[in-house]
Amino acid sequence: MNVYLKGFLIACKGIPATVAVSMIAIVIGAAFGLLLALCSQARGKTLRVLAKIYVDVVRGTPMLVQALIMAYGIPWLLQSWGIGFKWDDFGGMAVPAVIVCGFNSAAYLSEVIRSGIQAIDKGQMEAARSLGMTRGMAMRLIIIPQAIRIILPAFANEFVTLIKETSVLGYVGVVEILRRGQLWNSSSFETFPAYIGVALAYMLLTIPLSKAINGYERKRARKEAAA
Amino acid sequence: MSMIEIKGLKKSFGDLEVLKNIDQNVEEGEVLCIVGPSGSGKSTMLRCINRLEEPTGGEIYIDGELITDKNVDRIRTKMGMVFQQFNLFPHMSVLDNLTCGPVNVKKADKKEAEKKAMELLARVGLAEKADQFPRNLSGGQQQRVAIARALAMDPEVMLFDEPTSALDPEMVGEVLDVMKALAKVGMTMIVVTHEMGFAKEVADRVIFMDGGYIVEQGTPDEVLNHPQMERTKDFLSKVLI
Repeated sequence: MNVYLKGFLIACKGIPATVAVSMIAIVIGAAFGLLLALCSQARGKTLRVLAKIYVDVVRGTPMLVQALIMAYGIPWLLQSWGIGFKWDDFGGMAVPAVIVCGFNSAAYLSEVIRSGIQAIDKGQMEAARSLGMTRGMAMRLIIIPQAIRIILPAFANEFVTLIKETSVLGYVGVVEILRRGQLWNSSSFETFPAYIGVALAYMLLTIPLSKAINGYERKRARKEAAA
Repeated sequence: MSMIEIKGLKKSFGDLEVLKNIDQNVEEGEVLCIVGPSGSGKSTMLRCINRLEEPTGGEIYIDGELITDKNVDRIRTKMGMVFQQFNLFPHMSVLDNLTCGPVNVKKADKKEAEKKAMELLARVGLAEKADQFPRNLSGGQQQRVAIARALAMDPEVMLFDEPTSALDPEMVGEVLDVMKALAKVGMTMIVVTHEMGFAKEVADRVIFMDGGYIVEQGTPDEVLNHPQMERTKDFLSKVLI
């Protein structure tokens, strides 16, 4: 078999792991990101400061470093306190990987969500409050449903970024796309075909997704022009 | 007891004093029109009544009950608000715009709320638009839906913040007609407006505001036809044709 095709097929075996980690992580990221966005808009200063610190710390450090801390640093710390802790007892190395990816993308998504919320005319909140809705109710029923439509493309772009970022997870024991290629390379020494195969496997995921986002944006622009 | 009692209301935005010690009562069934130049504080006063603006000082009582941060959500359900920019919820159908308040705030039965919403839409002449989205309606239609949305909460008072100022001239009449009909059935209304004709025809009382004060008040005839204060005369000479 052609070595390039072989490299591609081997890399593709990592697709389920990459997709699974990315999908679980984006769900965690969306939920926690929304919480962060709401905290950053809260009236209480403490919540605002905490949200800001979280976002700054996460965005100011590489995800690989965060992954190493979560996967190896945390167990070391707990063991130094006399607590016997191994990720393998809690579902394996995919667990810290998913946690890191999710809470990492939460920091980025919180900014996306915040900008979406802020893009909604303040008259919407006033109209909702004037009907007697609490702030939380107005957010849930009026503001967030409108914000979601605005942020959907940016949200999907973050998903594309996340898929690519998961490539660092090979360093913490997750056998995803890149790791498959590396393992094959170290046994076959087909270095160029191995990494080209890896690149193609990522493109198989990211390019259709990007195309779909563009299509959605064009459709929405047309719809808005017609209204 | 007055429906609304405003005592010593003050509002500042930073150093800018917008309302300077306003005292005012509004009686049940009364239609009060507030007129005055822009920046006179009339919209701010209206927005202070349902606490969309937090007053800097003073007290406001609705039905004898002092509005505080604690009870504001409940008291707001007694006051319908109509905005200059309509502020309909664009992601909901016209019908859902009307039912979302009663269903979520008052926990009304969905079917009941829809039945009542259809009655209200018929009252403002828009029953056939129930399934449309706000963006498909003209400005005048949107404002009539906004009035119906506020009425869906069964308010005791309706607050109108320049309800016709954002409308094309040919749509002003249809909105004013809905408001006139509302006044006729005895709704308590406070209307910030530039429509002097409407104030003359419908108001029980007119307030002229300028510079954060109530300069003059009385019947429409007294304030708009025979103003006593120079400031009022000056303003009216510029707006009345």
